Amino acid sequence: MELPRYHRMRGTLYRLEGSACRKCAHRIFPPRPVCPRCKAQELEPMAFSGRGTLYSFTRVLQPPRGFTNLGTYSVGMVRLDEGPMVSAQIADADGTELQIGMPVEMVTRKLKDAEEHGFILYGYKFRPRLRAAGA
Amino acid sequence: MRDVSIIGIGQTAVAEHWDKSIRDLAVEAAQAARRDAGIERVDALYVGNMLSGELAGQENLATVIADAAGLLPVEAIKIEAACASGGAALRAAALGVAAGAHEYALVVGVEKMTDYLTDGVTAALAMAADADYEAGHGISFAALNAMLMRRYMHEHKARHEDFAPFSINSHRNAARNPFAMYRQEITAEDFAASPIVADPINILDSAGICDGAAALLIAPSAEARKTRRPPVRIAASAVATDTVALAERRDPLVWQSVADSARLAYAQAKLGPKDIDLFEVHDAFTIVSVLSLEACGFADRGSALKLAAEGRIGLDGDIPICTLGGLKGRGHPVGASGAYQIVEVVQQLRGEAGAAQVKDARVGMAQSVGGSGSVTVTHILQV
Repeated sequence: MELPRYHRMRGTLYRLEGSACRKCAHRIFPPRPVCPRCKAQELEPMAFSGRGTLYSFTRVLQPPRGFTNLGTYSVGMVRLDEGPMVSAQIADADGTELQIGMPVEMVTRKLKDAEEHGFILYGYKFRPRLRAAGA
Repeated sequence: MRDVSIIGIGQTAVAEHWDKSIRDLAVEAAQAARRDAGIERVDALYVGNMLSGELAGQENLATVIADAAGLLPVEAIKIEAACASGGAALRAAALGVAAGAHEYALVVGVEKMTDYLTDGVTAALAMAADADYEAGHGISFAALNAMLMRRYMHEHKARHEDFAPFSINSHRNAARNPFAMYRQEITAEDFAASPIVADPINILDSAGICDGAAALLIAPSAEARKTRRPPVRIAASAVATDTVALAERRDPLVWQSVADSARLAYAQAKLGPKDIDLFEVHDAFTIVSVLSLEACGFADRGSALKLAAEGRIGLDGDIPICTLGGLKGRGHPVGASGAYQIVEVVQQLRGEAGAAQVKDARVGMAQSVGGSGSVTVTHILQV
């Protein structure tokens, strides 16, 4: 990824920042310029808690270029507690049987090794919720 | 707006064409369509293609093809709508002819994918998804569809084997199509034993990587009598869109762009699902066939698997789908697939589909879906 693009995405990648609509209170991830529900343009940033449940998941056995170094890995769609859904990798899933509906939480992990641009890309992934964190 | 008809069709075999470039394939299909119509004249060229920039390092593709086919200085434009590019190119061409801007417009859908290794093609195809919020996280196209399939199985208590009839049907029909890539029939046992790509999706749920080109020559219906072959009317042509990212849909199992584009097409043609004699479904994955049949009104939510289990999608069923193999059996050269579907519907409506002929076919629908249901092009053709 190019450095300016990474810089623009730092809010979403590090803090799971989306938008909240000032008119209809709709909560949106990732951030948008126009509310998809009421079409208002009065949106403000909102950081999501990172807690949610697994809507669906799969294991990628034929990774796209740029991700082949991960071997096989799991990805999922997570319904955040605040409403929106987000797609991401599921980390720390080895030895855990993933199930639809299971509680998960956001973690910050390495998304990609340094490419030709020379920096390592970090961002959100989700993992099965730890008992202490979920208490 | 003028009524528009398809007056000529052409196609290359779908295959791994090691000895042919993207321009060789496009020219072969284009010349075949002009020969089929018995008309040389072309006023405009619309090229449907998704990946020439990424895979061949070639943009400005429509000019490249116009040049190679000897059509200069004709107006030429590439239309890109991910996997729906071929259908979208016909839509653009039909608008141009209907509006009176052109008399004869040539549509060429073309894709060249097999020069590249699988991980490169997988990354290129993922460009139809959201670059920042799907592809950027290593979520491949197969993975997006796998998550849909798992959720569908969860909500409707379905088993993976319930999806087998879709793949079996496409392969059985492809075996009767000389232009198809996968011309071998498969059994439920083959389906069950197929290697996993992204669980629960396996190889036989998925359309393969391949090369091919298909072409259509279109003209105002009033001109169509001059042609060599019987014309086929474009009764409807409609496009609709939905969120690019799957996670941002209210209900990811409702393919709203598919439903919206079908609804618009039915209204244009003044027809409904019951009037459709055959349906070229965008079966890139078996789950796509299921969600499309439900969104287009051929099955209620959660009941498309039953439609297949009862044998109703076969050539002699009440809604034959993927009659010449579909994306799964014929092959899915992505930007070309929408044009192949139209070629095949024309073959059916002319009664030229050979061993795959649907009896008394008068009305055929073709639907081309880009992204994970984010853009859909629906055409209804009629004789």
